[in-house]
Amino acid sequence: MSNIPEDLKYVKSHEWVKIEGDVATIGITDFAQSELGDVVYVDLPEVGRVLQAGDIFGSVESVKTVSDVYAPVAGTVVEVNAALGAQSELINSDPYGAGFMLKLKVADASAADSLLDAAAYAAEIS
Amino acid sequence: MSNTLGFRTKRMPEPRLIFEQSNKGRIGCNVPVADTPEVNLAAILGETRSDLNLPEIGELELLRHFTRLSHINYGIETGFYPLGSCTMKYNPKINEKTAGLPGFANLHPMQPVATIPGALEILVGVQDMLKEITGFDEITLQPLAGAHGEMTCLMLIKAYFESRGEGKQRHVVLVPDSAHGTNPASAARCGYDVKPIPTTEEGNTDMEALAAALDGSVAALMLTNPSTLGLFEPNIEKICEMVHAAGGQVFCDGANMNAMVGTTRPGDHGFDCMHLNLHKTFSTPHGGGGPGCGAIGLKSHLEPFLPGPVIRHEGETVIADSDRPQSIGRVSGFYGQFLMEVRAYTYLRAYGKQKMADISRFSVLNANYVRARLKEVLPPAHDRPCMHECILTAEKYKKENGIRALDISKRLIDYGFHPPTNYFPLIVPECFMIEPTETETKETLDEFCDALIEICREAVETPDLLHDAPSTQIVGRLDETLAVKNLNVRWLPTSV
Amino acid sequence: MPYIPHTESDVSEMLATIGASSIDELFREIPEKLRVKPGALNLPDALDEPRLMAHLWSISKKNVNMADVTCFLGAGIYDRYIPASVGAVISRGEFLTAYTPYQPEASQGYLQAIYEFQTMVAELYGMDLANASMYDGATSMAEAAIMSTSIKHREKVTISEAVHPHYRQVLATYCWSMGIEIETLPAVSGGLTDLSANSEGTSCIIIQYPNFFGGIEDLAAAREAADKAGALLVVVADPVACALLKPPGAFGADIVVGEGQPMGVAMGLGGPVVGLFTCKKEFIRQIPGRIVGRTKEAHGDKPGYVMTLRTREQDIRREKATSNICTNEALMALAATVYMIALGKNGMRKVATSTVQNTQYAIQKLTEAGATLHYSSKVFGEFVLSLPKDPAVVRDALLKRGILAGLPLGEFYPELADSILVAVTELRTKEEIETYASALKEVLA
Repeated sequence: MSNIPEDLKYVKSHEWVKIEGDVATIGITDFAQSELGDVVYVDLPEVGRVLQAGDIFGSVESVKTVSDVYAPVAGTVVEVNAALGAQSELINSDPYGAGFMLKLKVADASAADSLLDAAAYAAEIS
Repeated sequence: MSNTLGFRTKRMPEPRLIFEQSNKGRIGCNVPVADTPEVNLAAILGETRSDLNLPEIGELELLRHFTRLSHINYGIETGFYPLGSCTMKYNPKINEKTAGLPGFANLHPMQPVATIPGALEILVGVQDMLKEITGFDEITLQPLAGAHGEMTCLMLIKAYFESRGEGKQRHVVLVPDSAHGTNPASAARCGYDVKPIPTTEEGNTDMEALAAALDGSVAALMLTNPSTLGLFEPNIEKICEMVHAAGGQVFCDGANMNAMVGTTRPGDHGFDCMHLNLHKTFSTPHGGGGPGCGAIGLKSHLEPFLPGPVIRHEGETVIADSDRPQSIGRVSGFYGQFLMEVRAYTYLRAYGKQKMADISRFSVLNANYVRARLKEVLPPAHDRPCMHECILTAEKYKKENGIRALDISKRLIDYGFHPPTNYFPLIVPECFMIEPTETETKETLDEFCDALIEICREAVETPDLLHDAPSTQIVGRLDETLAVKNLNVRWLPTSV
Repeated sequence: MPYIPHTESDVSEMLATIGASSIDELFREIPEKLRVKPGALNLPDALDEPRLMAHLWSISKKNVNMADVTCFLGAGIYDRYIPASVGAVISRGEFLTAYTPYQPEASQGYLQAIYEFQTMVAELYGMDLANASMYDGATSMAEAAIMSTSIKHREKVTISEAVHPHYRQVLATYCWSMGIEIETLPAVSGGLTDLSANSEGTSCIIIQYPNFFGGIEDLAAAREAADKAGALLVVVADPVACALLKPPGAFGADIVVGEGQPMGVAMGLGGPVVGLFTCKKEFIRQIPGRIVGRTKEAHGDKPGYVMTLRTREQDIRREKATSNICTNEALMALAATVYMIALGKNGMRKVATSTVQNTQYAIQKLTEAGATLHYSSKVFGEFVLSLPKDPAVVRDALLKRGILAGLPLGEFYPELADSILVAVTELRTKEEIETYASALKEVLA
């Protein structure tokens, strides 16, 4: 079974988001990483890029697939997870922690409220 | 269990890299030494290089190296190679002999056109025969491979719309979800936006979705017929009419032409242009992944835009015409894959009028036979007669035994067969795309089907045999993740 | 038909298994009116094998082939010696009749050969890495240009006028279809590229080495010009010349491409030949085409080879792929691999050195015969001669004497209407060069 932490919000395209203050941390879910298999490369945006909710901000590659990743909420990129450059496998081993992808500064801290909660996402992937 | 892969014994050494066999002072060829006066290289060239790290190998060792490598490589002449969508048919030996004639092999592409009437005769001969076989008005042999042919067709379409002042407006190319990846990639190469069109459960183009997608922005529909599901599109005429009514063009992906040779002509179906893979349908050797050879056919309204030079009849002679103001220009360096055209010409003349249809008839017979023999263990994705290839699914072994199509394929290698195409088309889960071609005997097909039936039994009873397969080859399954993460794409003295 | 092995009893047994009464029935999904009766197409009659061979032989005899004349024609395709071992290797059925190594366990032979090919091509060009090959030199260069536009996010490329005219025509076609602008740098007046233009906003500067006129371009200056424009330096290089010249990689070129035909591939009217493609390591994810990588077994320690970085390619990334290219030119790459090994370090140097030596002798003899050397730049194996008579007339007159004198340049460069491009490879002898010179003298008289 996939790990779906209760304290995060989700979108159907399998990204998770956690908003603390005006910063949203974003990554892909445990389900998404297990479907992909070993992640070998992560393409991330430049710091400072402005994203709208639903924008493609990068991609995650395994040996034989590549998936675009979408911003669940709007904001400005303030940090990307540089560790993924050398250790893309962090997405497999710790998708909700060391394997996060980026942080956005959000204008609207309630932007994630309308997204899927853990139960709704679990229903989505079952 | 048979292993048809060359002569190997347990005591035979592992193949080492050629660089590890190098020994200072050896040479593998008696190179010519100039008899002209010696010169001072530095004075003539300026700075020259001091290092050149290429191997030094004697001629016998060189040949043994490649003979060993050939023993760990599988070709059509090694055994059955039912790789779907690739048409791995026998490549007749006489084709190699004719292509090797000095009057073909020793031609320089920049020599005066007046000195190559025989070459032009071959090119125009292939064009004329392909016109008749496909039903198109014109053929060009300029593209160097299938994907290159697709791209050239889209360029013709683009030039056509630009000439009508519709270039900007028509920026969308429709591509079915079952299409080869080269289709959307070729469209993108021509600056088009790609929109997918779904396939129905029966395996046909979704007519409603197509109707909804057709508007003034559509430049073309790229359709593979027979489809990548191995099925003939029964609505093909209607589809072409609909696209034409919306002002668009229809391109036929000719990857599956083998099902149609001598039996039906895509030009008659309503297509405006198509590409052919002479290395599939017309038997030029695949060479381990190229040279491909990509002719294209087109209707006369696209003719002004043909890439140059255009080889055509003029009165009694054949000319190479480069003076064409509306041409899209060159798509390749010279005359296309000329020596492959010699092979295709040889092949076409061997079949001729009398036997040409046998190509499609026996390829379709073989595919339906494999489909019928395997239907109990690997059900067909669609309950319809297939054309030259059949699409089967191994979904139940994944669900019930944790065995994937890939595992079955790898086990086939242990039985001495090259696996079929897996996981394509993308819309059929755990699929096998099996294309036997017309050149295989019933005995070979039976051995292959018996092996697959046995492997499907193993999948249920001894699944580990499949997980660990292949076990008969020089290497077991390779770590592709490591290959990407720890990229090693050239040898360095320290890298091994 | 020997290629279709079915006996009558095979057909009836197979139809019985299928549950069909005839082969025709299997085609029932094709609307009746779209079907042609077998044998109804208007095609020439089938030929048996001896007649087929005789027919092709008689067509081949209508051409003037390079074994019948002495070839001083180059312009991108060269009459070089092909070692006998090349044909022996590439005609082996295991290589000739294989396809792309999708199943690496059953394709280690080819994969290892391509890994060796990549290694040696990268070495010749002095670059970090090479791919598994491209269609030909011209399309390889067009791909390099497009790759530069996607790396630099700029819709313009800059190319020297001294790059092969056919290559520039192919580039023009590719760029037109993608909406990319082309800027051309002048070169005709001095024979070397004039790099003084301000190429700001361009994604790359493309230069040939040696260039179409045979001249050895100043790659250090080209590197500087590219840096000034913030652009990549793309070099189209002759691999044989690079056995002797300082390689483009040593000047900091970003992408180096070229035509591999001079290394063991028949001229064959220009096809099939083989495109070479190399680049700096940092651009590996943007590279078009296939790449072979070394790895090891998933459950063992034996080394092995696979196609790698596959997610760049069309079958996975579809419209977002780095290129639409699918097949490479594997068989011709194998020929080049055998060539590079057969000649090796010393043989390739000898071929390049003999080329330079013969070329210098030809320059001396042909200018003594009444032609003028058009440019004063350093050359490797090719040069431009101005003639006091129409070059096409001279060429045709010499052809009657068994000499293919070179390429009249007026068709490509109106300013060079009085000139001819002459190539001299290692195969030309002192006697052949002297025969050319004396024949030229007579024709010009």
